[in-house]
Amino acid sequence: MSKITKAGGDDTGFDKPLYVPIKRRSFFMYAGATAGATALLLSGCDDDEVFADPTPPTPTPGTTVSVGSGDVGVLNYAYALEQLEAAFYTQLRTGSYYTGLNATSAERQILDDLYYHEVIHREFFKAAITGAAPTAIIKDLTPNFSAINFNDRASVLGAAKAFEDLGVSAYNGAGRFISTTGNGPLYLLLAGKIVSVEARHAAIIRDLLQEGNFVGTDVINSSGLEISKTPTEVVAAANTFLAEGSKLNVSGLV
Amino acid sequence: MNIFQIISEIEKVDPEVYDRLDSRRSIFKHMSGMGKTLAAAAVPMAFGAVLNKAYAQTSMAPGVNDVLNFALKLEYLEAAFYNQGLGAANGTATAVQTALRAGFSATNLAALDKIRNDETAHVAFLRTALGTNAIDAPAANTFDFTGGKGGTPGPFATVFTAPATFLAVAQALEDTGVRAYKGGAPYLASNKDVLTAALNIHSVEARHASRIRTMRRAGAMNNAASQTAAGTDRSASPKSWVSGNDGGGPAPAQTAAVYGMGAAPAYTPAVITFPGEENVTQGGVNLQTALSSLNFPAAAFSEAFDEALPVPVVSDIARTFVITGSTFI
Repeated sequence: MSKITKAGGDDTGFDKPLYVPIKRRSFFMYAGATAGATALLLSGCDDDEVFADPTPPTPTPGTTVSVGSGDVGVLNYAYALEQLEAAFYTQLRTGSYYTGLNATSAERQILDDLYYHEVIHREFFKAAITGAAPTAIIKDLTPNFSAINFNDRASVLGAAKAFEDLGVSAYNGAGRFISTTGNGPLYLLLAGKIVSVEARHAAIIRDLLQEGNFVGTDVINSSGLEISKTPTEVVAAANTFLAEGSKLNVSGLV
Repeated sequence: MNIFQIISEIEKVDPEVYDRLDSRRSIFKHMSGMGKTLAAAAVPMAFGAVLNKAYAQTSMAPGVNDVLNFALKLEYLEAAFYNQGLGAANGTATAVQTALRAGFSATNLAALDKIRNDETAHVAFLRTALGTNAIDAPAANTFDFTGGKGGTPGPFATVFTAPATFLAVAQALEDTGVRAYKGGAPYLASNKDVLTAALNIHSVEARHASRIRTMRRAGAMNNAASQTAAGTDRSASPKSWVSGNDGGGPAPAQTAAVYGMGAAPAYTPAVITFPGEENVTQGGVNLQTALSSLNFPAAAFSEAFDEALPVPVVSDIARTFVITGSTFI
């Protein structure tokens, strides 16, 4: 039975599989998806080792943080976004908008829950990637929230809306980069478990800003489908909230 | 025993029975050979074996069209629910629909109309995506949203007359939708564009679920639903996300399955499980234990993740709202 070779499934979860080099064939499959980029990618790819054991990003100011490629790249990408969200809700709790809220108010309780959930997401990815590919995990990112006024409701909730909507569109857009073999289906499912919670967050934050705007026309198309974003589109937005040296590079996800 | 009559009967519930049997043609041949040497009494057993073989295919992972058609069925169900309750967009509302609409605040009614439009759009999108493979729209009388399955009005007898009941059923349907798309996603991964489309519907269902839950805890007539905090009884006053198993949902006797665990079918990859919504173990890590130093409320660890449901369990839940004898779900 294949079950035996799966190392216990959910019990052990993030163990060996990602130490195994991603098969060359799988890589070609991704590279082939963007014909024009194939040659470029191959020229930068000497052998499979690059994907099995990438060098950790060097935390030098002025450089970017590469999330890597393949399933680990997607996990790092999600981890980066969760780091950003968790940092936002952590800093939010120090501003006078939050501290001025009555403890029994819906707004306070909602923001508390979002803080808990996002920190749990961040720690989950940290544990998951550390278990699966400890040498490939990205560093702790340094945010730059100077554009947000944490003492002002509109500024805080506006930023929360931006982060939550961005998170949903990012997860939706990244699903296609997860492999279909090995632990790929598990990673896809785990991402799916998180993205719907992010969508629930986005809905209530949008309702707090404008009652009934939980699924506004800015986030769905005329077929009622959420508008997803490519990693490149997402990091263009996310990088504006990251300090120099912590800005993301997602060129490995194509 | 008339084998062909039996197959004809089967065809009524499974139009694809001939395909199934045909794909096992070699077994048919084998069976006809047996007929000459075996006693007549053994034939029923042999025929049973053929059927088992034919239906063993259901242990195979569903194909892309299967998953999309299953999603389409759920969207038909959801769209029918909102259309029957609220009236179709640009249609003339009946007296009952007008009365129900009057039971919601302006913002809540606008939200429900928006959700109805989305579900109708999802039906249209999936039908287009499936093309000629799309299953037909069911007749309106296929559904019984009272939960009575076509007999005596069921536990949700007031579904289209009492706004609170309407929202309760809506929550069960939306939360089921979220779990169903999540469970189906891994079988769509071979087609990246279809997978992305399904994910893009999945998150919209989650936004709907969030809003329905927000409205439920504030009450149907509240015009500022987001300003009402959740109560301690999650089944009656839910958060906008699923907290634990939400006390079994809006009507625990009927909706507990929406928040419970699902039994993984044989075709499910070994790495995938279907725990209940109260689950706190993700990727093999018990997060509540591993992250105990955070001192977060216990409920947060289950709230941070929605769980998937497999097709058979979703079908069971959906059948609550389908008349007995219908093979729609």
